[in-house]
Amino acid sequence: MAKYLLLKHYRGAPAAVNDVPMDQWTPEEISAHVQYMQDFASRLEGTGEFVDGQALAPEGRWVRYDGEGRPPVTDGPFAETKDLIAGWMVIDVDSYERAVELAGELSAAPGAGGKPIHEWLEVRPFLGMQCTVTE
Amino acid sequence: MDEALLRSLTPSVLALLVRRGADFAAAEDAVQDALVEAVRVWPADPPRDPKGWLVTVAWRRFLDATRADTARRRREALVDEEPAPGPVAAVDDTLQLYFLCAHPSLTPSSAVALTLRAVGGLTTRQIAQAYLVPEATMAQRISRAKRTVSGVGVSPALGAPPDRRPGEKPRARGRFDQPGDVATVLRVLYLVFNEGYSGDIDLAAEATRLTRQLAAAIDHPEVAGLLALMLLHHARRAARTAPDGSLVPLAEQDRGRWDTESIAEGIEILQTALARDRLGEFQAQAAIAALHADAPTAEETDWVQIVEWYDELARLTDSPVVRLNRAVAVGEADGPRAGLAALAALDDSLPRHTAVAAYLHERDGDLATAAQLYAEAAQKAPNLAERDHLTRQAARLNARRSR
Repeated sequence: MAKYLLLKHYRGAPAAVNDVPMDQWTPEEISAHVQYMQDFASRLEGTGEFVDGQALAPEGRWVRYDGEGRPPVTDGPFAETKDLIAGWMVIDVDSYERAVELAGELSAAPGAGGKPIHEWLEVRPFLGMQCTVTE
Repeated sequence: MDEALLRSLTPSVLALLVRRGADFAAAEDAVQDALVEAVRVWPADPPRDPKGWLVTVAWRRFLDATRADTARRRREALVDEEPAPGPVAAVDDTLQLYFLCAHPSLTPSSAVALTLRAVGGLTTRQIAQAYLVPEATMAQRISRAKRTVSGVGVSPALGAPPDRRPGEKPRARGRFDQPGDVATVLRVLYLVFNEGYSGDIDLAAEATRLTRQLAAAIDHPEVAGLLALMLLHHARRAARTAPDGSLVPLAEQDRGRWDTESIAEGIEILQTALARDRLGEFQAQAAIAALHADAPTAEETDWVQIVEWYDELARLTDSPVVRLNRAVAVGEADGPRAGLAALAALDDSLPRHTAVAAYLHERDGDLATAAQLYAEAAQKAPNLAERDHLTRQAARLNARRSR
């Protein structure tokens, strides 16, 4: 009964084992990959563990306030370090072990050659659940 | 229309139908129909015995639905089992529902959801809101839980299902008469209590309400112990957070904001339970909470007795978390050095170990180590309020040292 965020990355995460860019997969491989994700989400809906999930566009910008009366700064100064999130899913599970198990399964989505991509996924617990009894 | 009355009657009516042999989903539908009927009829024509009325209408609805069913043989068997009319027995049936909902084959979150639904009478939407998940997610969780427990038997002590007839599916033997199952029910209720989200439904208050109901139905010192513990914890709730939501540590709480009525009630329930001389972990925890609640000021807390209760608790549970809390109490009773010595014997990967170490080092006057440990503890904090609190502690000490 704790919520976890599963994060997929476009870049920033360590390279996957089966690291072939998606545009070099066959259309069938892409469909199989997408289908795997959808099946995964609907199965979690069935177990009562799915909270929410969305895919994100590969384009993103860093934005920063740059002082009174000046336009915000975008994209810098360290653009090369930027990490981009491909999508996220929030799950509500009984234990940390279950969260890791599910992330492991999601990481096995098929990629080029129909083989699992072994993609790295980030698993982060949500803060903000305040226990009644902490003193 | 007295909605609270309806809500309090619902679980026992549902339980009665289940005990008479209705399966869970059908019984729920029938009870819902009966409630709708009650809302329609009662304002003009209030029943003399609301519960008897509900049982009669719900049971009739259930039979109607079953008659429409194509399973002819099964239907006839159930009609045949209809008990003779008579007064409605109350307590055992609701109790049975508690034990069913805390069945060991359910995961904790399913057991909690099913308990709130069936015993608490909350709607799926209310439970989903309390747990901040979509209603569809909670609906799935509850219906899976219902499937898991349907067909589970019940012990003779709590009302056995009628003997099965030829051709009927055998029912699994229940194991609800074992003492361990009371512990499971209590664990589920304590889980609900500890969730503590407050939206439309305050889960802590709801858990207390259900535990109170359970304590009225079953004579067990640990049930009383848990009820006392909840009342004592809950009594301090208003003082535990500042208006901005930040944590207020026990020693700094405004004791004038503690709910003395709840404290008095909790202590009385606890004393009655302790007098039975069947100590369990909830009673021991409640005793510690009572000693805190009883102290007029933080300085007057009877730490020596608290350490003794932690010794009892460690003996009962052998939990590392208990020994961690004990180290804090030792630090208060015998000084920070003694607390640090007790802490040194424990695994430092325990949750809150670092926070406790930070606190004891600060009391010992080693501000540099304390500040560093507070910052480390903040990184590992399990919730926002605690993280912010620990970060502030680190910042406070760092500011003092640089002055």
